[in-house]
Amino acid sequence: MAEDRSTSARPVLEAPDMARVLTRIAHEIVERAKGADDVVLLGIPTRGVFLARRLADKLADITGRKVPVGSLDITMYRDDLRLHPARALARTDIPGDGVDGRLVILVDDVLFSGRTIRAALDALNDIGRPRAVQLAVLVDRGHRELPIRADYVGKNLPTSLRETVKVHLTEEDGRDTVLLGVREGSPADE
Amino acid sequence: MKRHLISAADLTRDDAILVLDTAEEMARVADRPIKKLPTLRGRTVVNLFFEDSTRTRISFEAAAKRLSADVINFSAKGSSVSKGESLKDTALTLEAMGADAVVIRHGSSGAPHRLATSGWIGGSVVNAGDGTHEHPTQALLDAFTMRRHLAGAKDGGPTFHRGPGDGSGRDLAGRRITIVGDILHSRVARSNVHLLNTLGAQVTLVAPPTLLPIGVDTWPCDVSYDLDAVLAKSDAVMMLRVQSERMNAAFFPTEREYSRRYGLDGGRMAALPEHAIVMHPGPMNRGMEITAEVADSERCTVVEQVANGVSIRMAVLYLLLGGNEPAIATAAPAARTEENHQS
Repeated sequence: MAEDRSTSARPVLEAPDMARVLTRIAHEIVERAKGADDVVLLGIPTRGVFLARRLADKLADITGRKVPVGSLDITMYRDDLRLHPARALARTDIPGDGVDGRLVILVDDVLFSGRTIRAALDALNDIGRPRAVQLAVLVDRGHRELPIRADYVGKNLPTSLRETVKVHLTEEDGRDTVLLGVREGSPADE
Repeated sequence: MKRHLISAADLTRDDAILVLDTAEEMARVADRPIKKLPTLRGRTVVNLFFEDSTRTRISFEAAAKRLSADVINFSAKGSSVSKGESLKDTALTLEAMGADAVVIRHGSSGAPHRLATSGWIGGSVVNAGDGTHEHPTQALLDAFTMRRHLAGAKDGGPTFHRGPGDGSGRDLAGRRITIVGDILHSRVARSNVHLLNTLGAQVTLVAPPTLLPIGVDTWPCDVSYDLDAVLAKSDAVMMLRVQSERMNAAFFPTEREYSRRYGLDGGRMAALPEHAIVMHPGPMNRGMEITAEVADSERCTVVEQVANGVSIRMAVLYLLLGGNEPAIATAAPAARTEENHQS
């Protein structure tokens, strides 16, 4: 996972940009969901959860209401389980009122192949029946392998497959930044 | 690298905590409207039971089915085994049917080890109890239950019977666990001693000298003959059933005397610390090792242990079968205790 060693990694989104981007996404959510009364934010571990919490705080600032926020682990629904050793699971935490009849917004850090989101949609299917599902991502780096798109995008980042996109968040990595680097050795999944 | 779960002694501390943490997530699936995960779709788990067992078999069956694996139940009664088939031929048959994992319960100690190391089958072997040797998934579910009650509070301390907490990431360092009863015939005790020791707990075995195995002094635990002396210093007491079906000699004078010296009644339960829990792997003999008053009290975790068993077995099956190679990777096996009691 740690791509920091790639010497050429350069920041493409710094902390102030990230804060502005999240504020904009929060406003877009309120606009498109007409007030966001029935929104439930579900972050995809690890970093999607922190982003979902930040978005929930911003939505609360805008609307004056608390927005339910949770996490959705997709490990058991991945399509590449048999290509790796069994992975440790992360926490799935669905807010008390559930997702039935609500607008679920999935939150992730990087949108790449779209396979994570496919797995998330499958996982969500076993938890309830939302009114609608939308997707918010901090970075869309392209190279989709499935017919999936994001509803809210922090930054469109055209990349080549040789490049890596690594999101650092204060909660997990000590600082907020998005790094664009060059992959060395084996291709990793983002 | 380990492909099998034969002995609790094979698990490192990291492995054990990985299993317990995975089980914590699995337990949350049980609270959902759809209690099923697609993870082991297309995999086949064979329950190979040469000995009677209801709760362990249905627990493994429920666990495999919740992970969408196909389950084949094979019990020795009414099968080709009763017609004289050997373990080897049974194993080769299962291998030909494409079993990805074999969950085996056998009356002979070492049968799962034989199955795993003989090269008869290519899948994973999970020991579901062999003779008087080991029962590792029982030890894992016991440790899971202990962790939720004794390290489940937010500060890592006991929950004082306010329901089980979430002890994710924690071990049982410093917890004092007392295991009482028929240690000699108990695979549960042996597996628990190994696993609890790995997790940092201090184990004390309490039993009449006749029901302790030879060589127990080499086990990583203390031994006492006096239940009342250790109760006040116990965070959990695990009562074991006297396995009369395995007894071929007189190990104590009368049941009444055993019950009076080694049984847990209301008076003895009151001597436990306030937060302590009472455990039993089941099936219980009420009136023998445990009174109905204790068995029905809020401190007794017997029913919870059964529910936790499904979560633990889901975790074990997921970690062994969920990827292209098992996630429970262990180095050279730790020192196992040998079995050498008189028979």
